[in-house]
Amino acid sequence: MQLAIFTIFSIMCIAGAILVITLRSPVSSAIALVFVMCTIAGLFALIGGLFVAAIQVIVYAGAVMVLFLFVIMLLNIKDELIQRDEKKLTRILGGVLGAAFLLEIGFFVRKGLTSGSPGLFMPAPNEFSSIESISTSIFTKYLFAFEVTSILLLVAIVGAIMLARGKGRTET
Amino acid sequence: MVLLDYIIMIAKVLVIFGGLMGMVAYMTLFERRMVAFIQTRKGPNRVGFEGLLQPIADAIKLLSKEDVTPVNANRIIFNLAPVLTFVPALLTIAVVPVADNVSLFGKEIRMVISDMNIGILFILAVASMGIYGVILGGWSANSKYPLLGGLRASAQMISYEVSLGLALVGLLMVAGTFSLTEIVEQQDSILKLGIVRQPLGFILFSIAVLAETNRIPFDLPEAEAELVGGYNTEYSGMKFAMFFMAEYAHIITTSMVVTTLYLGGWQGPILPPVIWFLIKVVFILFAFVWIRGTLPRFRYDQLMRFGWLVMLPLALLNIFVTGVILAI
Amino acid sequence: MATLDHYLILSAILFCIGIFGLLTRRNAIGVLMSIELMFNSANINFIAFSKFITPEALTGQIFAVFVITVAAAEAAVGLAIVVLMYRNFDIVNVDNINFMKW
Repeated sequence: MQLAIFTIFSIMCIAGAILVITLRSPVSSAIALVFVMCTIAGLFALIGGLFVAAIQVIVYAGAVMVLFLFVIMLLNIKDELIQRDEKKLTRILGGVLGAAFLLEIGFFVRKGLTSGSPGLFMPAPNEFSSIESISTSIFTKYLFAFEVTSILLLVAIVGAIMLARGKGRTET
Repeated sequence: MVLLDYIIMIAKVLVIFGGLMGMVAYMTLFERRMVAFIQTRKGPNRVGFEGLLQPIADAIKLLSKEDVTPVNANRIIFNLAPVLTFVPALLTIAVVPVADNVSLFGKEIRMVISDMNIGILFILAVASMGIYGVILGGWSANSKYPLLGGLRASAQMISYEVSLGLALVGLLMVAGTFSLTEIVEQQDSILKLGIVRQPLGFILFSIAVLAETNRIPFDLPEAEAELVGGYNTEYSGMKFAMFFMAEYAHIITTSMVVTTLYLGGWQGPILPPVIWFLIKVVFILFAFVWIRGTLPRFRYDQLMRFGWLVMLPLALLNIFVTGVILAI
Repeated sequence: MATLDHYLILSAILFCIGIFGLLTRRNAIGVLMSIELMFNSANINFIAFSKFITPEALTGQIFAVFVITVAAAEAAVGLAIVVLMYRNFDIVNVDNINFMKW
């Protein structure tokens, strides 16, 4: 049952990801990416990571992707032109890199990536998805990283506003 | 036994969603009659006794209308947008407990579709998905008024979502749980109600909810005077009806959430729990209509300034004060 | 039962798709979206390792939350750069922005 759900979600996820990089209309790409985010949230929830699944939907699907759509609509970005052949090198490079990774996966799958590791599916303790235990470790063990993240976000806000505001209204 | 579980589950879903759809239909009539009363008009009172069949007449009218798609519209997204608005509006109800646990066939049945321990996060996640229908509906019609409406809607909903989430943090600090069922169970006396323990949080949450549902005074995305019909200008027939139903479903589910979080949900003396729950929900719905009947609309820059410079600092202040009180 | 292998393979495939998109998209928005795909594949790995190798430590989940935060910051700054690019050059194709000085 779990495997069946996993298969369905992962097929939808991969199909969505392929759509993201092949569709030429940026809006359609963005919608496909939202779909991918949601299926990934489903995959997290499937192995008990409910908190991360919720955060994934709230932050990624709900905020970051809306920002993407907002920028696409604001700038009215047209469909990507079909001039891809002109850039042969990057296409070949991309193909080679992608193929190399896929070969690597195939190799490890044949070899049995984790065959020696302890029990593949350990029943998770109850704390695994409990918000209480996650927040306890964020605010004790990882407090420093947490604080640094807040500074990172502040820097990102200031940077984004400075960049997007331009050099005042005088320049047209 | 497993079969019985499935039957109970399906029955719960059918009863709760059926009830919700019925409420959506009659919410339209309720709103029109109430607004008419506030404006000393009569409102629709001809179809059936006192207009009770009006929703059915409206449905038949909308179903039989021609379904127009603009020539330059992006057809797939244009058809997808009403669904994307409607589904998140309905989904929220899945975590709202509508009544106390009931014993039936020797089993204890929880009167909530899914009692997950991240209930509030689920509500926030679903609320954040509700933006897509509006923004895509506005964009896909390939027409200027809907596009402006869609952009306004997305900016407004993102801004107020921040206040919505932060207003909830105070309540979460007091309650100490994310599960809606537990939050309701905690509010078993009048001094323990969310509204008593978090008065500022309640006000902020209610205002943010008004903005999230695009209701007056925050209905900028569909301001008739400047944007024709906003993001749904180009929609007609059943697709328009879906946007309309989504708005009302959204109002009803958020009223249920407000009831659950701040007004004690199904808790109450003498009367059965479901009745108490419905009384409180109808009261909030009446408040929605009341506000619509009394307040004028914000201007767009006022709306943004209010969201970021008033709501957000107040929500942070609420968290700070709650923290200080809890620490003492 | 879905095992660690399943999750790792899925994340590797997503990563490949992301890399391919990153190298072939010409649109700056498309490039950013490909990067988001790669972030997501990293997140899948974090969650899967956290669940299957050390379910009691929760470290993977917390790192996934941090990754999501970083990705949000990255998207905000990246999109601001796209807006700036569009304002100054009227294009969002990354190939055409190939001069250091104007």
